[in-house]
Amino acid sequence: MISLLLILFSALFFNGIIGRVKSISAGRKGPGIMQPVFDVCRLFRKGTVYSEVTGPVFKMAPAVYLASVLIACLCVPFGSKGGLISFNGDFVFFAYALALGKFFCIIGALDTGSSFEGMGASREATYSMLAEPAFFLILGSLALMSGHTSFQEIFANLHPSSPMSWALAVCAAYVFLVLAMVENSRMPVDDPKTHLELTMIHEVMVLDNSGIDLGLIFVTGYLKFAMYAALIADLFIGSLPIAIGIPVFLGVQVACAVVIGLNESFTARFRMNHNPQFIFTLACIALLSIFGVMLMSGKLV
Amino acid sequence: MNENILHITNGSCVKLAEIPVLAYDAFRATTLELLGDKARHCASYFAYPCNDDLKLMMCIADDSAHDILVYACEVEKGARLASAAADCLALERFEREIYENWGLEFEGHPWYKPVRNFFPDKYKFFEMEGEELHEVGVGPVHAGVIEPGHFRFICNGEDVLHLEIQLGWQHRGVEKLMLEKKRLIERVLLAEGIAGDTSVSHSTAFATVWESLCGYTPSEEVLWARTLAAELERMANHTGDLGAICGDVAYQLGAAVFGRLRTPIVNFSQRWCGNRLGKGNVRPAYAPYSFTEELKQQLLKDLAAYERDFLEMCDKIQHFPSVLSRLDRTGVVSTEQAESIGAVGMAAKCAGVCRDTRASHPYGLYSSLDVQPVVKTTGDVLARTELRIDEVKQSLAIVRKLLENMPAFDGKMQSAGTPEAESFAIALTEGWRGEICHCAITDADGELAAYKIKDPSFHNWMALALAVRGNEISDFPICNKSFNLSYCGHDL
Repeated sequence: MISLLLILFSALFFNGIIGRVKSISAGRKGPGIMQPVFDVCRLFRKGTVYSEVTGPVFKMAPAVYLASVLIACLCVPFGSKGGLISFNGDFVFFAYALALGKFFCIIGALDTGSSFEGMGASREATYSMLAEPAFFLILGSLALMSGHTSFQEIFANLHPSSPMSWALAVCAAYVFLVLAMVENSRMPVDDPKTHLELTMIHEVMVLDNSGIDLGLIFVTGYLKFAMYAALIADLFIGSLPIAIGIPVFLGVQVACAVVIGLNESFTARFRMNHNPQFIFTLACIALLSIFGVMLMSGKLV
Repeated sequence: MNENILHITNGSCVKLAEIPVLAYDAFRATTLELLGDKARHCASYFAYPCNDDLKLMMCIADDSAHDILVYACEVEKGARLASAAADCLALERFEREIYENWGLEFEGHPWYKPVRNFFPDKYKFFEMEGEELHEVGVGPVHAGVIEPGHFRFICNGEDVLHLEIQLGWQHRGVEKLMLEKKRLIERVLLAEGIAGDTSVSHSTAFATVWESLCGYTPSEEVLWARTLAAELERMANHTGDLGAICGDVAYQLGAAVFGRLRTPIVNFSQRWCGNRLGKGNVRPAYAPYSFTEELKQQLLKDLAAYERDFLEMCDKIQHFPSVLSRLDRTGVVSTEQAESIGAVGMAAKCAGVCRDTRASHPYGLYSSLDVQPVVKTTGDVLARTELRIDEVKQSLAIVRKLLENMPAFDGKMQSAGTPEAESFAIALTEGWRGEICHCAITDADGELAAYKIKDPSFHNWMALALAVRGNEISDFPICNKSFNLSYCGHDL
């Protein structure tokens, strides 16, 4: 329960912090930290426009997308305190709940029949597919290290005490952070600020959504960021008491947002055909960590 | 056959009777022979009505001999002619324009695609058959604050096989209005509005044509002011483009810094003539805004601050791997392509074709400034980015040199007088995009009988279409921005 509340709370500020970091580093005054929330409020007050060629799938997609991410958030524990949904192998459920939402988002985009949206959907599907092995491999190595298969038990038994678990926690933090960037279509994979449809990935897929639907998609994006950052925080909270755990959790959220903001300020995005390579490096890091854990625990030799 | 051709210099005026009139066969053969030399390109080719018939006027710029070759041909209305474009791709758009405006048929022309008079319901776009191919149409309404143009891509997955560009959405009839509006001020304002971002260079071309028609030689300070304004315009636009290129590869630091650096330059223009784009700064026969010692000190101060930040940022993007990987080998125009389509300005210079009016057909003060054109050979987005950087550095040097020899301004309004009857005048200027060509012809009463404008974009849109072939569709915006061609300059 506490993790869900904290995720919802952080989601309010996450994108606002990224925006602040970007505008400060560009020397601009920039929007306030709550601007993303105001944007969503504005969208919720607006009507929704549906193209004549779209069907029920298109109307359903944003709600399913949000619901899937909310369900995934329920699985995220707070250190050793379990999430609302917790069972052995719940990380598989977590990954496929997210995939379900993405699937609906993609078929919703295809439902419009627009060449832009088809293009965006194909890109989004490709990159999600490439990102999946990294997620499972890194969770596999965490499970192997801790000897458990549910989020709660993994994190409860992973408190970084040995150098090996520190190394694994750092690797996992990097993989989760970049996964969050890929899944949310941020730099360096996609540029959320561009107005050029041809270079977009996620934005071009939701071009036809408006009003409340678009608001739901925005909310989902904020939640996803906070959710991945919560997983990173969990790596370091372990079985710490709540009074220390909460500041650590919030600190990790802010740190993630700042890192993403700095990255977006000072690098250019990749050429589209370099993205698969970049995403595969995540799987490679995850693969290395799983081998590392196997070696250390004597399972390999 | 070359003795039949009139050789004139840039900015000169001749009597119409002096221009040789050839039969169409000889006209076509001469054109093809002349354009066979890579040092020559077609600066303008147009038709105008003359005694119930049409007269074709060909102006070929010879970069090595520093002169312009002019000859004409009389044809009947509705005549069917053999196309020269079939043998020389560079003439393709000129013939299409003549066909569209005057109904002259060119037999063997590769494709009568509309230049400006475009009606979506009547037009069939180029199509390719294939199970894997798909089409993506972009525009004419775009997401950003940019001009309207329709781009139709035929793609295989993410790769572009073909791009068709359809313009004409901004056609205002500038050339027609030039004849209809009788007051000089109206015509100057029209020239300034041909392409707002190039208003200095276009109005300089107009003023030069007008002065030479009137037989008026402008004084030194007028030319000085025009040259300074043109170089400031070049710096401002190149800087803005560098910012936009950084923006398109999502390099926020570059976009923010270059975006900010454009401002002091355009603001100086505002301080000097009251308009950030230099509108009102160029008038035939006189310089309406005096350049004072105070302005000079201000400009030197602005430039010093500008140069420091500009050089630092340029150094950064020229050595920053994540930016370079986006620019390098993206959107390549080969030297052969640039030559075959008769590209001018940046599109030509990035691909190793040295074509700069300031050096080859110097006008104003450029003959004394000895401009060495910046030429790059790789023809990619990086070449166009570096070309801009080097041209800005060059313009900085030119501006400083100009400021050293500041003439005295009297600020008095002058009149060029009235145009001579039955004359032809031509002016080439090097706008920041490339060569601008204005031609004017007067009738027996000294009134304008024809006015032809050619913006560099008229040649160069083809370069963009060729550059994106084989690239990823997601790289189109950066290719487009690296050319930054004018929609309204093309559409007139």
